[in-house]
Formats: sequence, structure tokens, C-alpha cells
Amino acid sequence: MMLTRTVVAVAALALTTLAGCGSSSDSTASSAAPAATATSASATAAALTVRDPWVKAADTGMTAAFATLVNNTGADVTVESASSPASPLELHTMTMKDGAMVMEPKEGGFVIKAGGTHELSPGGDHLMLMKPSAPVKPGDELSFTLKLAGGGTVDFTAVAKPFAGAQESYDPGMSMPSASAGAHQ
Amino acid sequence: MAGLGSAAAAGYLSATPAESAPATVPVADFQDIGTGILPFYGDRQSGITDEPPAHGSFVALTLAKGTDRAALGRLMRLLTDDAARLTRGEPALGDTDAELAVHPARLTVTFGFGPGLYRAAGLKSPVADLPAFTIDRLEDRWSGGDLVMQICSDDSLTVSHTQRMLIKDARPFGAIRWVQRGFRRSAGVHKAGFTQRNVFGQLDGTANPKDAAMETVVWNADHSTQLVVRRVRTDIETWDLLSVGDKENSTGRRMESGAPLTGTAEHDEPDFTKTDSTGLPVMPNFSHVTRAHVTDPALKILRRPFNYDEAPDAQGRPDSGLVFASYQADIVRQYLPIQRRLAEKDLLNEWTTPIGSAVFAIPPGCTEGGWIGERVLA
Repeated sequence: MMLTRTVVAVAALALTTLAGCGSSSDSTASSAAPAATATSASATAAALTVRDPWVKAADTGMTAAFATLVNNTGADVTVESASSPASPLELHTMTMKDGAMVMEPKEGGFVIKAGGTHELSPGGDHLMLMKPSAPVKPGDELSFTLKLAGGGTVDFTAVAKPFAGAQESYDPGMSMPSASAGAHQ
Repeated sequence: MAGLGSAAAAGYLSATPAESAPATVPVADFQDIGTGILPFYGDRQSGITDEPPAHGSFVALTLAKGTDRAALGRLMRLLTDDAARLTRGEPALGDTDAELAVHPARLTVTFGFGPGLYRAAGLKSPVADLPAFTIDRLEDRWSGGDLVMQICSDDSLTVSHTQRMLIKDARPFGAIRWVQRGFRRSAGVHKAGFTQRNVFGQLDGTANPKDAAMETVVWNADHSTQLVVRRVRTDIETWDLLSVGDKENSTGRRMESGAPLTGTAEHDEPDFTKTDSTGLPVMPNFSHVTRAHVTDPALKILRRPFNYDEAPDAQGRPDSGLVFASYQADIVRQYLPIQRRLAEKDLLNEWTTPIGSAVFAIPPGCTEGGWIGERVLA
């Protein structure tokens, strides 16, 4: 299955030299999953690789997407926002609140250190599908786009997996007046 | 016992009883079996003609109502991805026990489609349930199945973890119908190519085709094949009553060597024309080997069975037997004639009872990026 996609960000990120680009082969080679490199007219380097993406299947309500984000460049990369035709999305993180771990929107986005990786995983940072327009069925393949600081974008496809974990409580905080609070399935 | 423990820890085990001077034999050097990897992707599925490992588990599912062709495609994409990752020693996506995935030990996952899967997909099935045989005492709990996953590895914990991950992805699409787990000799006990012994002590699989002959027996031109799974209960209590000579007459082979009664070595061809001093055939005409014998090599089957041995009952009577599995290009052409002859007459039937039966078409393998069954379901 083609689940990993090396995608190319546009100029602002690609400025970080071919040396950073060279390290991308290490990152992608270590993953045995196939990596497809998409090129776009404005792109000159693969800045961010999305490895092993998947979504928690959900009949109803909110759900989450996970992956390993690999920064192939010599400069930090920030994921500012994410979008999907399947659902409005938010970048979420887990935090301790009143003695319990709850999730809340990630201020400032996900920062992936130069040459580093950033795990989006159950119990940690993740992409939250706030209101899927249809049930996310096991085996469905959902499209996502990450928007990077500086204007680049990264597309990937994630498969939906039956998964019992990741039942974190959601604390939308003050910045999220419209979202419905409470545990999600 | 502390002495034995420390001796073992030092790499030596006592090979003689405690009363004599302990002669020690070195424990075999550590052999790395855990990292063994068999390819998942390819024209053909793995787990069929490769040397069977020590442990096997067959998991059969009954598809949930409404699992249509599109849903089957989603199911097989998920399962293919799990199998591809786990067989190369990587965790499945969303693997909650990733540390259990690192020792594949020649792990294979082989998928088979039962007649019910084709019905669900609106397709004509290449396989049909076997006809009833008079010797059968089939139980529903060991029979049938729309989808089978054969999970094999030299490590039992790896089989267990793989089975757990596959079932987690499969169960939105169906229910577990049966699971049959079995075992053979462990890796390192025999050289590769040795014939395994079953719980009766018999060498089991001597007549299996090899190399080029195996190609013809197993594979269709499109790299598909067909699988029969039969659960055969062995009555070891009554088998125990037999003399060695009687046991050998029932099969037509020597218990120790596996040689036919007309020969001296396991792979000697049995001579069905040879008679003894009383004029009776040396290979009894009711013996298992005589009845199962196939002259045309193309009509053979590839036996790939695993032993089972569940908990005995309160009286200590075993619940054991064979998870018989055979691969052949065409069940009707190859398996059925043999099974008909055995059902009609085979002395071994006295001590064996088929209690489960299932058939599956094994679709071709797939390349990276593809999925098992895509040529059937896509």
C-alpha cells in the first residue's frame, strides 16, 4: 500500500540547501514503506516526509490522524495547519489539566526540528478530525494536506484503522468556542 | 538443582542422570532464527512451498452481512499492509505492542478466500465445499469460513502477536469462525527438508512433491493455488494399544525410518507388487500409503500440516491430532480422488476422525503498493 509520501514544499523551505535534501534519503530509506516523491512546479526539495500515516476509524464523531513527520532539511519546519476533504481539522496536543491528560489545540503548530522527526501518535500530538462528513470506515483512504509556515504544503493519504485507544478527553479551551467538548470515540 | 542451573547458565547441560559422573555436552551455539525474513511481496503468496516453520495458526472468518466487494477491498488493503510490515519485522500501523514485532522468525501470512467470500463479492467461486465422506464427523466449529489467514513462524509469540494485529483489523468486517493452531518440530531440531512427525509418531509428508514437481502440483499459471484445511482428530488411546508391527501395517511404513515396508529408507519407492511368503502384498492393500498413492506426479498434493495437542480431559485422554493442510492447483482434480480412496478404505481411519473441513482459493501474491486479492476484487 502506498501510505508514505514524500512531498515537496515550496521555495521558502526548500532554501535549506541540498545538504538537508541529502539527509532525506536516510530518513526515507530507513522506512521500508514505499515513498513516492511528488513534485510541484515551485518546489525544489523534499522538506517534509510523512511516514506511516493512519487514521483511527470512527462510525460517528471526531477522530484523529497519526504519522511520523520527518524533517529532511537543516532548518526547523513548522506545520501551521492541516486540511482534509473528509473533515475540518485541528492540530492538537496533549496536556495535563486538573490532574488528567486532555487534548487541546496546539498553539503555534507542530515544530519539527532540523533533521528531526515528530511523532503524531495516540496519546500525543495528532491531527484532529473535528467533524467528519461521513463515517471513517476501516480501510478508507483519506487525503490530507499540511500547510507549512512559509507557504509550502505537503499532501498525503492515510488509511483508516480500527483502533480502540486514543480516547483522550478534549478540552477545547477558550479558543474553540464552536467545538463540542467531551470525550470522543 | 542449583548445579544444573549454573551449568546451563555456563552453556553446558548435563546429558546423563545425576548418579553418574556428569558428562557435559555443549549447548548448540546460538543460532539467530528471530531475524529470518521471507519475502511477502511477489507473484505468489508465501507460506506455501517454503519450508514450514515450527508454528502455524489458521484463522477463519465469517464475513459480516453487508460486507460487499468494496468492503472486501478495504479489508484486504488493511490486512495486506499489516502482513507486509509484520513479515519484515516491523510493527503494523497503530501497533500497540510494537516490541513484539521485531522477531519475524520467517513469519508468513497467507490469505485464502472461501466460497462465501466470492458469494459476498458477487463472483463465481473457484472452490466448493468438499462432498461429505462417510468417515467425516464434522463439527461446525472447525468447518467452513469465508476468509482464512494462515500465520506461520518459527516463533510462537510472533504468531500470537501477528494474529492479534490481523484480527483487530479484520473484525469490523466479520467474526472469528474458528482458529486452529498447530506445531511442528522447532527450528534447529532438524535440518531443513526433514519430514516432520505427527502425534502418532509417524513421519508425515514423505510423499510430498519436491522442486519442479512441486511447481506443477501447487501453482496455477496465474500464481493462484487452492487450500484444503481438515482437522483430523487422532485417537491416541486406541493407537497406544497397537504393536509397532500393527502400526506399521496401518500406514505401510516403518515407524522409525518412515521407509515403506518394501524398502529400507524413507524415500524408497514402495513396491506394491511385492508379496510375502503367504502371497499377500507386503504393502497391505488397506494401508494408508497404498490407498493414498498417486502415480501421476501432477495429481499429487503438497501436504503442509501442523500437529495440535490441546488440553487432555479429566481422565487424561488427549485432544490431539493434525491440522491437515494441503495445497494443490485444483482441489477437485488432485485432492478429491485421494480423499475418496482414503474415505473408502484406509486402515488408519480406525484411529483418525476428520472433525473439521474447509476449502479456500489462494489468490496470487502482490507487488509493493498492491494488495492480496486485487485481481479478484478490484
